[in-house]
Amino acid sequence: MSQVFPKSANAWSKASVLAIVFVLLSVGWVVLTIQRSDFVTSANQFVEQPVQFSHQHHAGGIGIDCRYCHTSVEISPSAGIPPTKTCINCHSQIWSTSPYLEPVRASFRDDKPLNWVRVHDLPDFVYFNHSIHVTKGVGCETCHGRVDKMPLMIQKASLQMEWCLDCHRDPSRYVRPRDQITTMGYQPAVAQAELGPRLVKEYKIAGLEHMTSCSVCHR
Amino acid sequence: MFLAAAALVAAGCRQDMHDTPRYEAYEASATFADGRASRGAPTGTVARGWLREDEALYTGKVAGELVDQFPFAIAHADLMRGQQRFNIYCTPCHGKLGDGHGMVVQRGLRQAASYHQDRLREEKAGYFFDVITNGFGAMQGYAEQVPVRDRWLIVAYVRALQLSQHASVNDVPADKRGELDASAAETPSASTEKPVAAAPAAEKH
Repeated sequence: MSQVFPKSANAWSKASVLAIVFVLLSVGWVVLTIQRSDFVTSANQFVEQPVQFSHQHHAGGIGIDCRYCHTSVEISPSAGIPPTKTCINCHSQIWSTSPYLEPVRASFRDDKPLNWVRVHDLPDFVYFNHSIHVTKGVGCETCHGRVDKMPLMIQKASLQMEWCLDCHRDPSRYVRPRDQITTMGYQPAVAQAELGPRLVKEYKIAGLEHMTSCSVCHR
Repeated sequence: MFLAAAALVAAGCRQDMHDTPRYEAYEASATFADGRASRGAPTGTVARGWLREDEALYTGKVAGELVDQFPFAIAHADLMRGQQRFNIYCTPCHGKLGDGHGMVVQRGLRQAASYHQDRLREEKAGYFFDVITNGFGAMQGYAEQVPVRDRWLIVAYVRALQLSQHASVNDVPADKRGELDASAAETPSASTEKPVAAAPAAEKH
């Protein structure tokens, strides 16, 4: 009676074991890569807005401080979306007849807010507060990127938990002096390796155990 | 088969916890006629801590007359915050020196006032507070953007700016004169017009 399996089946069975491991790892890699991709995180994607407001022009070109419009960033969870009145401060006179800005004027005239589309949207089970970050020396640029070079606002960071934790595990790599919070293109005056730990101490930033505790962000 | 299983698993994903049924800041709401979820206080009510009885503090006036006294003492740290707030909210038009040559003016807004003209140097502190609060000419009021206390601190810094543009070497404390720019010290005649390098001492009102 002949053998059920040819001799080459030995090689095939060994190879198939390896192949299964390889396929499973590949699938895992593909899933994780998709999970981290801009497609899923919506990072680096332009969003259609009622008026295509340019941060590059206002923050970069004219050099208006972030807080001129985002007035509550130092005292509140929300950085604050400016009321149309803030636009009107200048645009009552500048580009005041431009059709491009008609939605702004209509909003002011009719007391109807502009329906800006949210660019950074954290899941609702995450607690986030702008004021604590700004007060502890996390600059706008650290999370939002070079806003002064963005003609249209995009979300720069993934906003995923691993991204949050990267800083929460060791904020000394990112903190800057409080008077440099809104600076774009900030360069530390001394080496960050020396400045960071000093600021962490000076601003009394909590230790690793507290900063990576679940309930700090999920409350 | 595996792909089918993966698709089934993915189809089970829901966003319920990402978007819980509560309003975020500035979110739209179909409940209210104006479509805003963030509600203002009902007419005729005052939120706790928002009763504005101190006329001088909240309006810069007493019985309709502008005050010249700051409603609270201004320390050096206050002046520094005043400088910071000034640089955020005022410099786009008034410029860092307060001479009215800010970036937005250079881009076409009507010429902003210089604080160094005689009329404004002689104005009372309450006048500046009133203008920040309610606006003046082409300038819109900044009551929504700058809280009351910060407005007074900005006024204090405007006073410091005015002093800086009309100071002489004699106004600098004797022990600080060594820090002055040497060229300014050598030509005292020019120093009455030039800004003094050292920061003006904190004003006590």
